[in-house]
Amino acid sequence: MSDLTRLTAAELATRIHTGDVSAVEAAQAHLDRIAEVDGEVHAFLHVGAEAALANAALVDEAIKAGTAPASPLAGVPLALKDVFTTVDMPTTCGSKMLEGWRPPYDATLTARLRAAGITIMGKTNMDEFAMGSSTEHSAYGPTRNPWDLSRIPGGSGGGSAAALAAFEAPLAIGTDTGGSIRQPAAVTGTVGVKPTYGGVSRYGLVACASSLDQGGPCARTVLDAALLHEVIAGHDPLDSTSIDAPVPAVVEAARIGAQGDLSGVRIGVVRELGGEGYQPGVRASFDAALRRLEKLGAEIVEVSCPHFEYGLAAYYLILPSEVSSNLARFDAMRYGLRVDKGASAEEVMAATREAGFGPEAKRRIILGTYALSSGYYDAYYGQAQKVRTLISRDFAAAFEQADVLVSPTAPTTAFPIGEKVDDPLAMYLNDLATIPTNLAGVAGMSVPSGLAEEDGLPVGLQVMAPALGEAVMYRVGAAFEAARDADEGGPLIARVPEVAK
Amino acid sequence: MPADSGPAVSGPDSRGPDSTGAISRDEVAHLARLARLAVTDDELDVFAGQLDVILGAVARVGEVAAEDIPPTSHAVPLQNVFRPDVRRPGLSQEQTLACAPAAEEGRFRVPRILGEEQ
Repeated sequence: MSDLTRLTAAELATRIHTGDVSAVEAAQAHLDRIAEVDGEVHAFLHVGAEAALANAALVDEAIKAGTAPASPLAGVPLALKDVFTTVDMPTTCGSKMLEGWRPPYDATLTARLRAAGITIMGKTNMDEFAMGSSTEHSAYGPTRNPWDLSRIPGGSGGGSAAALAAFEAPLAIGTDTGGSIRQPAAVTGTVGVKPTYGGVSRYGLVACASSLDQGGPCARTVLDAALLHEVIAGHDPLDSTSIDAPVPAVVEAARIGAQGDLSGVRIGVVRELGGEGYQPGVRASFDAALRRLEKLGAEIVEVSCPHFEYGLAAYYLILPSEVSSNLARFDAMRYGLRVDKGASAEEVMAATREAGFGPEAKRRIILGTYALSSGYYDAYYGQAQKVRTLISRDFAAAFEQADVLVSPTAPTTAFPIGEKVDDPLAMYLNDLATIPTNLAGVAGMSVPSGLAEEDGLPVGLQVMAPALGEAVMYRVGAAFEAARDADEGGPLIARVPEVAK
Repeated sequence: MPADSGPAVSGPDSRGPDSTGAISRDEVAHLARLARLAVTDDELDVFAGQLDVILGAVARVGEVAAEDIPPTSHAVPLQNVFRPDVRRPGLSQEQTLACAPAAEEGRFRVPRILGEEQ
């Protein structure tokens, strides 16, 4: 493995911008690494080697010409979740429905990455249309967790998280509808951030559940995530739900946090997110994290969010309802798959959707159709929307008492591939702790907290902040990361085993 | 489309022994038709059981006393969002039709959409 693939994005960017290493060398080192390990890991659905090297060459030319880099991350390789449109690469969303589809336009996020000079290496694997917690619901086969290839890398953004943990890229992009950035980060020992809803443009992000979906940065360190956050965030007139407000100064916050002083910061432990249903090693790692945060000077308070226990139920009514509506666009007429079976448009549509969607997409479409049908609407969808209000109020009350809230990110470490794929409800429980932030539209991140004693697999600490309160969240995440790394003699990710071939 | 316009059918006879009674196999078949999914009999058997369990779990939202609580459809309070009324480039006809499963004479080519009697 080349040393270049072990660097953080910030370190690699410095070496590229000072002319010590070329962006082409950086891209090539990561392409070599992908060729070496991705047969086992299967993080990527598509690798765009030519375009990646071409972008890197442009960055090198600019540096040689003495031009200032387009961004602090210019020339750094990135793995893009295959749910954002890209004109030069297929966009499949992990579905047969969009196999080989070449979008005619770039997502705003894609365009911002290009404008920043970031080298997009390829598109990463995901649960179909971002529905799942294991990446087993991809139509193109599962991604494997670099910590243990027999285990899941989380989902839906398992490809992006695994690419980071396998050193195939130092940066990645995910989307988080109920935990699809944070849970994969937790189980792969990486960092993942779900920004405030509306903080990152959804234009060109293929919709799962529009009121919950949010793109965000994934990396191996908090500072790298912050640098990427500032590239992709900010108002976009093409997304009417995009927030027209300045992007929080998260890079500065991460640098301040890394100095290791959290005095004056109130950290709320959510009583309802922990305890029963959480693996003992996850609980132990979380308790140790609290002691570490206290040592950094933070004030630990307990908060109660009594409606969080209904979050999962509300989410699995609201999400399928939006999914059943959003996926109605796959009608075999204008783009995507068409199965010419039957004489009428309706028959062709039904045959195409039967062939093009996998079981989880079908389950959620049927569930959403049920929840929205007359006679059931008030009891299910309507009631879930009211519970959503109560969860937002719980957050508002908790943020009166604390600057950030913390919990374990996921109730367990990475489970074996195949263990939960036929038990949808068991799969849904993975998102128990991450779902409330999506329902309320607030921000959340997962930072590695350690390895679980019983299985030696990574555990994530979730830090949650009010809407547009990302700065304090990054500060706490960076302070925790710095203290953990100092105590343990290095970053957790350095302990990931070399991919067995 | 008369087949789709009826109420969701309730078929207690088709419920399995482990059913929570939330949803029957016939109802799942009806919903799949509404959603334009030509599911197989085997899928119906699997989905009916799974959806019954899921619905049993999500029905918990009914335990919350929320009569006077306003619903939230969207986490960020937003009024109407307007953009300046200026022309900007869109996709060309060629770009759009290049994505289509079938195109002819500058149009989408689609299967028959009207019945014989219409």
